[in-house]
Amino acid sequence: MDFLHTDLETLHQQLVDKEITATDLVQAALDNIDATDPKYDAFITVMKDEALAQAAQLDAQGIDADDILAGIPYGIKDNIVTKDVLTTAASRMLENFVPIYDATVVEKLRDAGAIGIGKLNMDEFAMGSTTETSYFKQTKNAWNTDKVPGGSSGGSAAAVASGQIPYALGTDTGGSVRQPAAFNGIVGMKPTYGRVSRWGVIAFASSFDQVGVLARTVKDNAHVLTALAGQDAQDQTSSAQAVPDFAANLTTDLSGMKIAVPKEYFGRGVSEEVKTTIEAGLETLKSLGATVDEVSLPHTQYGVAAYYILASAEASSNLQRFDGIRYGFRADNVKNLEDLYVQSRSQGFGDEVKRRIMLGTYSLSAGSYDAFFKKAAQIRTLMADDFKKVFADYDLIVGPTAPNVAYNFGENSDDPEITYMNDVLTIPVNMAGLPGMSVNAGFANELPVGMQFIGDQFQEEKLYQAGYAFEQATKLYEKTPGGAK
Amino acid sequence: MAVPNFETTIGLEVHVELKTNSKAMSPSPVGYGAEPNQNTNVIDWGYPGVLPQANQGALEYGMMAATALHADITRDLHWDRKNYFYPDNPKAYQITQQQQPIGKNGWLEVEVDGETKRIGITEMHVEEDAGKNTHGTSGYSYVDLNRQGTPLIEIVSEPDMTTPDEAYAYLEALRQAIQFTGISDVKMQEGSMRVDANISIRPVGSKEYGTKVELKNLNSFNYVRKGIAFEEERQAKIYLAGGTIQQQTRRFDEATGETALMRVKETADDYRYFPEPDLTPVHISEEWVQKVADELPEAAPERRKHYVDDLGLEPYDAKVLTQTLEMSDFFDATVSEGANAKRAANYLMGDVNAYLNEKQMDLQETELTPKHLAAMINLIDDGTISTKMAKKVFTAITKGEDPVAYVEANGLKQLSDPAELQPIIDEILDANEQSIIDFHNGKDRAVGFLVGQIMKATKGNANPGVVNKILMASLQARKPE
Repeated sequence: MDFLHTDLETLHQQLVDKEITATDLVQAALDNIDATDPKYDAFITVMKDEALAQAAQLDAQGIDADDILAGIPYGIKDNIVTKDVLTTAASRMLENFVPIYDATVVEKLRDAGAIGIGKLNMDEFAMGSTTETSYFKQTKNAWNTDKVPGGSSGGSAAAVASGQIPYALGTDTGGSVRQPAAFNGIVGMKPTYGRVSRWGVIAFASSFDQVGVLARTVKDNAHVLTALAGQDAQDQTSSAQAVPDFAANLTTDLSGMKIAVPKEYFGRGVSEEVKTTIEAGLETLKSLGATVDEVSLPHTQYGVAAYYILASAEASSNLQRFDGIRYGFRADNVKNLEDLYVQSRSQGFGDEVKRRIMLGTYSLSAGSYDAFFKKAAQIRTLMADDFKKVFADYDLIVGPTAPNVAYNFGENSDDPEITYMNDVLTIPVNMAGLPGMSVNAGFANELPVGMQFIGDQFQEEKLYQAGYAFEQATKLYEKTPGGAK
Repeated sequence: MAVPNFETTIGLEVHVELKTNSKAMSPSPVGYGAEPNQNTNVIDWGYPGVLPQANQGALEYGMMAATALHADITRDLHWDRKNYFYPDNPKAYQITQQQQPIGKNGWLEVEVDGETKRIGITEMHVEEDAGKNTHGTSGYSYVDLNRQGTPLIEIVSEPDMTTPDEAYAYLEALRQAIQFTGISDVKMQEGSMRVDANISIRPVGSKEYGTKVELKNLNSFNYVRKGIAFEEERQAKIYLAGGTIQQQTRRFDEATGETALMRVKETADDYRYFPEPDLTPVHISEEWVQKVADELPEAAPERRKHYVDDLGLEPYDAKVLTQTLEMSDFFDATVSEGANAKRAANYLMGDVNAYLNEKQMDLQETELTPKHLAAMINLIDDGTISTKMAKKVFTAITKGEDPVAYVEANGLKQLSDPAELQPIIDEILDANEQSIIDFHNGKDRAVGFLVGQIMKATKGNANPGVVNKILMASLQARKPE
């Protein structure tokens, strides 16, 4: 089974027509993982027995023609809890953590008949843009294994882009779905904050975190979000907003669509090849009937600084529960309670996580709250206002997803500031709680370049519409990383 | 005892546990006496991936407290996190209301030595309680999270109290005000009310407050009073010896009545408060405030006014009856069952209180019901039983027996029917001619003798009032020629 060239609707039709079985698909995914994961290192845990058992059960009862995802395997980022299946958040802290409940998104997909095939590698606690901060392994870019896969959902992106599985769940706090999707040439959607339940997602920064979808095509992606979205009583920040069928009514005509291009998204630090590719992409959008105007989002330059203050502050609080008392890593040979905390957390967390805990703790402390946390929160409001003004006149904002294509391992890891700047184009979307989607716009140095579509709150339909028309016009998804070394 | 030339400043922080069915931030039940960690779920454990689920009832109870304490209800609020590590605090933060407490600028009136004084209440906020750590002998410590997440309201007074007696009176008034809302049991001995006291002294006339000391382990109102009084003297001695007061947290020792150092506070704790991102901000509408106000039971001062003005009780009696919500509710129910208010009040303050003291019980733990008490009072009022007989009936109703049925079954009925009494009286008079003559000669003793004879003949069951009436009429009728 070739997941690289078969979309979800085709797989579904073959299942309904009994040309293939769910067991065939699960076995194909397991074979793919066996064959190529030594190369990509995308998976932390493979749910072989669980997946085969669920597939057998589905095959016995038959695939319902209405359940587009039924019988099809998918991957789960390892910060999304799965009952009875190891969930590590790629941290030593949770090396042996087996949750007793399922995240809402996992439950919803199971109800839809989707089959979880395994848990995917990521940056530790989703903190990073390269998946290099994982405690367990180094995931490789599907197009060039010398390059980083992006992050933090690097395992999800590499597994989908390399054709191991048809789609995967990721989480996006500052770009962690869109940037690895861009680096791997696939479609990564970060929905509106509140669109998808966070119940069961190991929190990084609660007011930013959102579950997203990584898939090969826009339509595949839309099918999955339709199944995930909706209000959940277990997440009081989830929205009651009605959920449309995002995959319905997608057309190739963008007549009347008004697109805004922020000049700040083409500023210093954005590489020439990225600029060129995105400018060509904008021409394609025009040719499909859209109008394209330049606009300004004047507070963009403060986004990175404000984001790292706010997200790290929330993280410093969220990660306090990992204290060695109830679950997770506990250090041996400690002298007293304080030492138990210090040793467990010092040994259980990696450097990047500790760096952010310290940054966040500092910006919340009594002497610095006003100068850091409060100021950053004000910037957040200003950035949201910038977007509001643009969306009063435009349907979508379009620009690059990342300032550059995938780079070499270790290239930026000594200087966190440079790594943080990589998020400059994705962070604003999380600051304002907006939906954002990365779609492949072409190649530079044989590496994919992601184009980012940003919409107003709960306007995912417009993102999918524009992305679908663009994708059908370019057919870039037909080019696959089969020739990667 | 106040120390001469010094004045005392006292502020109190009171935690009150709210009687909601479920916890503040999770659907786990609230309750006592369960096996350790039985009343918990993944939210209470701070398990990875969980999110809080704010209990609207806890917020409403906070609104009730704010209303009862004459405070302004905050209309737009968000929750905050208070961060600190401790094993009984599984998330390592407590969800509270630091920036926008549910109520601000309240007050209570207290009476000390006949003078009324208003004590300001800075604010009150809803928050979640922590679990409990216990330390075993085997080298292990144990964490029980049953209490984790139980909703609390913390009530912070202004430093308006200047004597231990004022602090005591404030706590009495606060306990009563909260108890009458029905949101908490407010029992110090069960931990549903907890008090910390801040106390400082300064030379009379000094503009600046002295360094404050925080007192903990104050397990009764009386200990609060004693602890503050001890501190007044301790601090004054230090001043008078030329020393300075250190900012400390001190523990009250019940055995010695003294306070002892727990820890020295050199810097303020840094709890790194910030808005709780897992919960959305709350808007409290005018309708919601109105609905809560409508549901709020009548407060003690209003009830007292009603008892005196409408039911004719003495002010003192009204005060005694409103000491607890149970007593006041029981009284109201007894009256609405048709009992004479004064007699109901007397029974509650007398026999019922004595019974509760003897059994060390609360009203709701007994088998007494307003219906039975009212029925007993009516039996007295309609002459069926004497107050003396009522003693036996009272014992019966404390065991849940129906007074009417009890009186029937035990033949306790008073003889009040003139048709039954007349022949008995006639018989006695026939046998005591001399007494009739004595009566008409103005010897009153004769009446007492005759009543005694009648009571003896009726085994004490005759209604003295009726006997008296018939006897007098019969004596008049038998005036010698």
